Amino acid sequence: MPAPADPTILQVLELRARLIDAIRRFFVERDFIEVDTPSIVPSPGMDVHLVAFEVRDPKGEQAGWLATSPEYQMKRLLSAGASRIFQLCRSYRGQEHGPHHEREFTMLEWYRADATSDDVIQDTEEMVAYVANALDQPAPELQPPWQRLTVDEALQFFANVGLDAMSNDEEGFFRLWAEEVQPHLGGERPVVVIDWPSSMASLAKLKQNGMADRFEVFFRGVELCNGFGELTDAQEQRRRFERDQAHRRAAGVSVYPIDERFLADLERGLPESGGNALGVDRLLMLLVGAGSIQAVMPFPAERL
Amino acid sequence: MADTSDIKKGFKMLIDGVPFAVVDHQFVKPGKGQAFVRTRIKNMMTGAVIDRTFKSGEKLDKADTEERTMQYLYPEGDARIFMDTQSYEQLSLSNEQLGESVYYLLDGTQVDVMLFEGRPIGVTPPTFVELTVTETEPGFKGDTSSNTTKPATLETGLQVNVPLFVNVGDKLKIDTRTGAYVERVKG
Repeated sequence: MPAPADPTILQVLELRARLIDAIRRFFVERDFIEVDTPSIVPSPGMDVHLVAFEVRDPKGEQAGWLATSPEYQMKRLLSAGASRIFQLCRSYRGQEHGPHHEREFTMLEWYRADATSDDVIQDTEEMVAYVANALDQPAPELQPPWQRLTVDEALQFFANVGLDAMSNDEEGFFRLWAEEVQPHLGGERPVVVIDWPSSMASLAKLKQNGMADRFEVFFRGVELCNGFGELTDAQEQRRRFERDQAHRRAAGVSVYPIDERFLADLERGLPESGGNALGVDRLLMLLVGAGSIQAVMPFPAERL
Repeated sequence: MADTSDIKKGFKMLIDGVPFAVVDHQFVKPGKGQAFVRTRIKNMMTGAVIDRTFKSGEKLDKADTEERTMQYLYPEGDARIFMDTQSYEQLSLSNEQLGESVYYLLDGTQVDVMLFEGRPIGVTPPTFVELTVTETEPGFKGDTSSNTTKPATLETGLQVNVPLFVNVGDKLKIDTRTGAYVERVKG
């Protein structure tokens, strides 16, 4: 549904070019180097609710999957000694379509070695304010620092229920989150939601309080990014992958193989590091007040 | 069997034996979490609109509904009789089932009759109908303020607010979606 503010296709092209350019300048000015990693990967990500596009070679043999995020390969670069890296790339996710979802979208992902998730939250705050200025959309509400809210606080505040009460009901948690919590998050200013349950840690390490060292930023009810203090323990990572595989098997969905080279590189050593993955189309949509990510893409699937 | 990927505006599904039509829908997926489809759906029997959230991939029962163009013939007790213009088959809907639609039925009016499992459950009248004024106060001479309206009763019993210049015997164009006056029809 087009919002009054939806830009024309020529405006979309210009806005996207200026946004991408501003993101690059932001990271290059802070001594990050831009990297690029493949789209076709041996394992597309293990999260239970991810659906990847399978790739077949010209003979019809299974050749891998389209990456749902460049995370494994970027962390392998950290393990090889890179210290500040960023990437702008396409990521691909099946069975996701709506005003904030598109099967192919632009991801900004960056990692800092010898850093914490707090450092990466600070990058995020500064980067968003920086690119808003570069797009002539300076917004006082984007100025750092942004409010921090724990998952438990968000649930208490918007749904009147504590995280404890939801601990054995992940589907109930996500239903409540989608219906009662997320639409209200970051209505005025972006909000950083921290302290996710350990069962939703994915590739994040655990904090001393037992929660996942994971954060998500929400602005106007839209999830903008997902970041971690990265898990560096290869054995723990393998246990989680095996658990994810078991969940996928139980749910009757494709079970993706474990990326053994990623685990081998973790084993060899990953510095304490923080990383974040941010939806560039969503960022642009929010900055210009468009009604959907499709409104800021030249060729969303439905117009292809 | 259908599932949530079939949901689009107008998709008709069966919930506890009752047909619902999708009015609005949105795919939502909390980060790394279960995906859902949030919907607003309309109970096709009562017209009530409710919110309902489905798990993405959830199986849905498609409602066996069919829409047929029919002609309104005449009233019969508390019901109205319609005829299929192709097969000449006739069927009846109670005034209760018709709800507001009874106010838009004139001899020969073409409507879309909704059938659920072969039985009629409601009609969609044309978007605009022309109805004659049977009762209204005469307009005050010299009152030209454009915001002022007065009540009028039309030939089907429909009550509408009309501008002061409208008189008994005038034909008015009415929007059946809102029940509101649109304009006076010349002739």
